[in-house]
Amino acid sequence: MKQFRKPVYFAAGYNTVSFGSGRKEFHPKKARPGLEHYIHEAANSVLEQLSDPAVVDEGVIGNFMAARFNRQGNLASLLASVHPALRYKPMVRVEGACGSGGLCLSTAIKTILSETADVVLGLGVEVQNTVKAIYGADILAGAGHYAGERKNGHAYFFPAKFADRAGAYFEKFGEEKTRRAMARWYELAISNARKNPKAQEYHNSVADLNAAGMTRPNPRSFCPNINVFDCSKVSDGASALIVASEAGLKKAGITQSDAVELVGMGVAVEDLTQPPPDQTRMTTVGKAVEQAYATSGLKPEDIGILEVHDCFSIGGLLELEAAGFTPYGTAPDFVLAGNTAPDGRLPTNATGGLIGFGHYTGGTGVRQAVDLIHQLTGKAGDCQVNIDPKRPYGLMVSMGGNDKTVVACIFKKI
Amino acid sequence: MRTLDERLENVAVLGAAGKMGSGIVLLLAQEMAKLKVANPQKSYHLYAVDINEDALDGLVEFIRVQSVKTAEKTCVALRDLYREREDLVENFEIIDQYSLDVMSVLRPATCLSSIKDGLMIFEAIIEDIDIKEKVLSEAKNLCSAETFFFTNTSSIPIQEIDRRVGLDGRIIGFHFYNPPAVQKLAELIPADTTKDELVNISHELGSRLRKIIIPSNDIAGFIGNGHFMRDILHAQSEVERLSKELSTSQAIWAVNRIGQDFLIRPMGIFQLIDYVGIDVCQLIMKVMTKYIKEETLSSELINRMVDKKILGGQNPDGSQKDGFLQYKKNRPVGVFDLDSGKYLTLEENGVDKEIDNYLGALPEGHSPWRALLMDPDRENKLQQYFTHLKNLDTRGGELARAYFIESKRIAEQLVADGVAASPDDVNGVLLNGFYHLYGPVNNFFD
Repeated sequence: MKQFRKPVYFAAGYNTVSFGSGRKEFHPKKARPGLEHYIHEAANSVLEQLSDPAVVDEGVIGNFMAARFNRQGNLASLLASVHPALRYKPMVRVEGACGSGGLCLSTAIKTILSETADVVLGLGVEVQNTVKAIYGADILAGAGHYAGERKNGHAYFFPAKFADRAGAYFEKFGEEKTRRAMARWYELAISNARKNPKAQEYHNSVADLNAAGMTRPNPRSFCPNINVFDCSKVSDGASALIVASEAGLKKAGITQSDAVELVGMGVAVEDLTQPPPDQTRMTTVGKAVEQAYATSGLKPEDIGILEVHDCFSIGGLLELEAAGFTPYGTAPDFVLAGNTAPDGRLPTNATGGLIGFGHYTGGTGVRQAVDLIHQLTGKAGDCQVNIDPKRPYGLMVSMGGNDKTVVACIFKKI
Repeated sequence: MRTLDERLENVAVLGAAGKMGSGIVLLLAQEMAKLKVANPQKSYHLYAVDINEDALDGLVEFIRVQSVKTAEKTCVALRDLYREREDLVENFEIIDQYSLDVMSVLRPATCLSSIKDGLMIFEAIIEDIDIKEKVLSEAKNLCSAETFFFTNTSSIPIQEIDRRVGLDGRIIGFHFYNPPAVQKLAELIPADTTKDELVNISHELGSRLRKIIIPSNDIAGFIGNGHFMRDILHAQSEVERLSKELSTSQAIWAVNRIGQDFLIRPMGIFQLIDYVGIDVCQLIMKVMTKYIKEETLSSELINRMVDKKILGGQNPDGSQKDGFLQYKKNRPVGVFDLDSGKYLTLEENGVDKEIDNYLGALPEGHSPWRALLMDPDRENKLQQYFTHLKNLDTRGGELARAYFIESKRIAEQLVADGVAASPDDVNGVLLNGFYHLYGPVNNFFD
């Protein structure tokens, strides 16, 4: 991939609460806010941070399956409902399963680089609690190949895909240590989320998180190799931000110190109809991150803070390896040694990640970028980690499907 | 000889729309639906017979809703069951199909003649020997000589039913616990005359329905009510004793708390009576008194409540009706005052505070029943708790010890009387049918 033709900035990020089971105010039988609510809350909270909402030139909305979760299509038009200033402006909806948020970012970035816009509103949203988890599993299975693998797939289609990966990894590198690392991953996710009032697990008060993480998998009612604590939950929520050129940032009245600069990006998409070439590797993640390193001229050791797509704890471990932070087969050691903890060498998912914060699928990629903006501008509240001045870079990996549609971005503290 | 699978092609439930009957229908319909999926060339019929036509409408809706819930919970296995069906791809398609298959075996009927082809007849009608005799005799005449009968009686000796109906050993007691689809336990009560083939099929059916089968001897009340009813008698005498220092309603609440809190049971004795139905408890005591010559089981408190037509039990939506206690969202909020005929609100009338003071604090190491239920360290925690209870020098401690010791005595008497084959069987019934955390025969106080 070529170098960017001009600087691109990210700013004015906002996340709604990740709503779902675990939040005290959540009750499955009570009415909940819908798609419109989350889009409006997130978008308006971004617009309020701008000098004038009219500076937004275009909009991109990332969403996975509103057509099934909410019976709603034409989401670009729904984004235009947020504010009168957005009416009649170019808007587009992008979809790449759970990587939709990542595609929202890359699309907004390309819009800035194409020089047809100076300020792009990027928003990712998903409202999934409209159906029970067993039916949600059907909908999310759309991230796999319906014609090729759904019929023979598991009731919990995606958990089972990652259970297969966990099983393969156990076999190759040992179950005992990997299981402990997965439990540690869960423990860190929840302890980070407890510092984040917007996180779905903010109210989690389980005393022994590690013991929960070590729960023996039950293949009869769920999946082999993984337990429910290895999985992200069903979430409702949205995240939004602006992507801007230097001129756009000025027009929006945002100082550079409140923004981060995009220094690297990679987008890699793999054949949906084929099984993973190797269950123990995230090959596509590797390709996308490689591009991001190439465009930025950075290496893994330059990264100061990380956001990975841990829809499942085993996915988090495999991504650490795919992104080059630790050699193949050593992610469990890397995690167990404390490297990914908020005070470790590579603070990872410091606001809870998908398991702790929540995973409103089509919005997660945008949420990751928002959290990196907050971290790199020192506005992450109780979740703030120390950013090593020698490594002022944040990397995020947004993944759709089973390592199929991946976007990686590297941001720099200004 | 017919196999269980063959018999499951034609089944009937009598009293199908009742509390127990509807649960039995659900269990059987689900099992028969699975057979139907595996053997699409065969037909499966479950005759759900009840004299109450409106209640049958409710039954159909109940089975529809519950079959969907079951399918949602067991979708992992159902995907395998329907693997040959290329048209069923997504979970929701499989869940819908399963519910349709369950509904398709169901034949609701108000007329007994519909059961004529039944090879297994489950009886879950009122606990009255005369009515049971009448209905089962009619059923016997309708059905073939190879039909087996399963009675859900919780108290009437099976031998007596067999003798009166003339089934020649084609009947067994298969006592489900309430609600049948949820409770893990079924008491199996063969009469001396019961055919071995029927006993064997009953065990096979029990494991097919994923029930824990505990055999009981054919003595009125069997193990479950044998313990429960005598537990009530102890509660009755304790209320009488406490009524010298407390009002009757306060005493009822105090004794209820002893079971629920001090002995860490899922509910106190008076809440359990309300749950089962006060009139049902009265009926069971009458039956037991009739067949157990040397013992009279009768509770004045129960009789007075039944006289006042306050009967407990559940509303059609499953919520708890008022009985000895008053309920809001299935939680006790008041206690009945037999003198004034009104409920005294626990909080407003200060009953709970007064009784808290009267009983004193719970022993050290106390955890509520629900917390201990899933606790892997339960045994250890219970042992420590009861060690503290053993030495607790309060009114609550004294009452709890008396209750605890009486419960153990009742259990041991059941073994001595030959109702249960062993203390383990009594413990098994209390653990699995009453959801106690520990069996009454234990060494906690040793």
